[in-house]
Amino acid sequence: MGPNSGGGMQASDTVAIEVEVNGRAEAHTVAARTLLVHYLRETVGLTGTHIGCDTSSCGACTVLLDGESVKSCTVLAAQAHGHSITTIEGLASADDLHPMQQAFQDHHGLQCGYCTAGMVLAAVSLATEHTDLDGPAVRVGLEGNLCRCTGYHNIVAAVVAGAAAMQSGQPVAP
Amino acid sequence: MIPAPFAFARADSVDAAVAALTEHGDEAKLVAGGHSLLPLMKLRLATPTVLIDVNDVVGLDGIHEDGDEIVVGSLVRHAALVTSPVVRAHTPLLAAAAAEVGDPQVRHRGTLAGSLAHGDPAADLPAAFLALRGSVTARSATGTRRIEADDFFLGFLETALAPDEMITEVRLPKCAGAGWAFEKFTHRAQDWAIVGVAAVGGDRPGVALVNMGGTPIRAAAVEKALRSGATADAAAELADTESDPSADRNASAGFRRHLARVLTRRALLDVAGRGAPAA
Repeated sequence: MGPNSGGGMQASDTVAIEVEVNGRAEAHTVAARTLLVHYLRETVGLTGTHIGCDTSSCGACTVLLDGESVKSCTVLAAQAHGHSITTIEGLASADDLHPMQQAFQDHHGLQCGYCTAGMVLAAVSLATEHTDLDGPAVRVGLEGNLCRCTGYHNIVAAVVAGAAAMQSGQPVAP
Repeated sequence: MIPAPFAFARADSVDAAVAALTEHGDEAKLVAGGHSLLPLMKLRLATPTVLIDVNDVVGLDGIHEDGDEIVVGSLVRHAALVTSPVVRAHTPLLAAAAAEVGDPQVRHRGTLAGSLAHGDPAADLPAAFLALRGSVTARSATGTRRIEADDFFLGFLETALAPDEMITEVRLPKCAGAGWAFEKFTHRAQDWAIVGVAAVGGDRPGVALVNMGGTPIRAAAVEKALRSGATADAAAELADTESDPSADRNASAGFRRHLARVLTRRALLDVAGRGAPAA
């Protein structure tokens, strides 16, 4: 697949990819048009990543790509080759919830739960990039994640608390 | 929704990407962040048969100063524009506009060069590029050329880039000290602009509009009025003069014209407030 020196790059309908998913090495050959969200759910078998709008609006499919939040409905599986992905299944340690997950539980930051995986991962990325997150900053930072139960109030409280817990030095997943 | 079938190739150098474009011509598209192209492909509004991924090309993800300009590599993501000390110091308008694009997830993936190459009149960054009078550096198998912002946007989703050309960098004149403003009117937080305005002051004021025609457009009448010493109020009244806004379920053409004037006035007042006092 890789280009030879001096060009002669071969384009192909299928792509061999090697991806680290939640710390585990995965290697598959996928159709070139496979979206990352479908790869994670159907090939790797991790269905915690949800498909909501499928148009990069709702954020339900948010995962971490090398630690940064992305919408996996708008990334090709082939583009994850050589990179590391964290899904909601990979966030907790063996014994404890991730601080952000714990905060969502403590503050009841969910109702139906459909948006929650994406919310939590977007929040982890936000808290990694910003210090001193307060309510208004969280509301701006979560603009890419929609909750149709309209439970934003508790979600915002959870993210403020979760970000503070992450920054206080508790164990943090990738 | 998944895209129509295509063949995928990964380029590890500009030469390899350009060679692939030369080989496949109109049938091929470059992809970096893909946040303009992949949604269109999922809707089958774009059906390239070859997709050339340039994310692995080394050396295109930097931002640096070069004399009177700053240089943004074509793999620089929106999120990097927002935080870059170089961008914030020398072209704060670009950092402000980048912060308005989509949402954090989109800004982690999308690139300035990709947004310009897509040429969407509703996108934020092309207006900042026009207002700042930037240029793109385009490479093909036969050489490199510089395309000025005013020559770049030709029609709806159509730019001056030839099918075998790749943007390697975007150049923007430094304008530290000049006032600037980016105004964006949306119904909901992450929406595309109903109308937007990018403005920069200084000796050669620049004002450009989002979503006021088939391409990103310059508000030349406003700029001319400002150069002639018009007040912000008077200049802003001319904001929709050269525009041709569409009507859709978000806004009528008349409402867009009204927004262009109001947002331009607000932008010009911000420009005046942020600019260094005249010597």
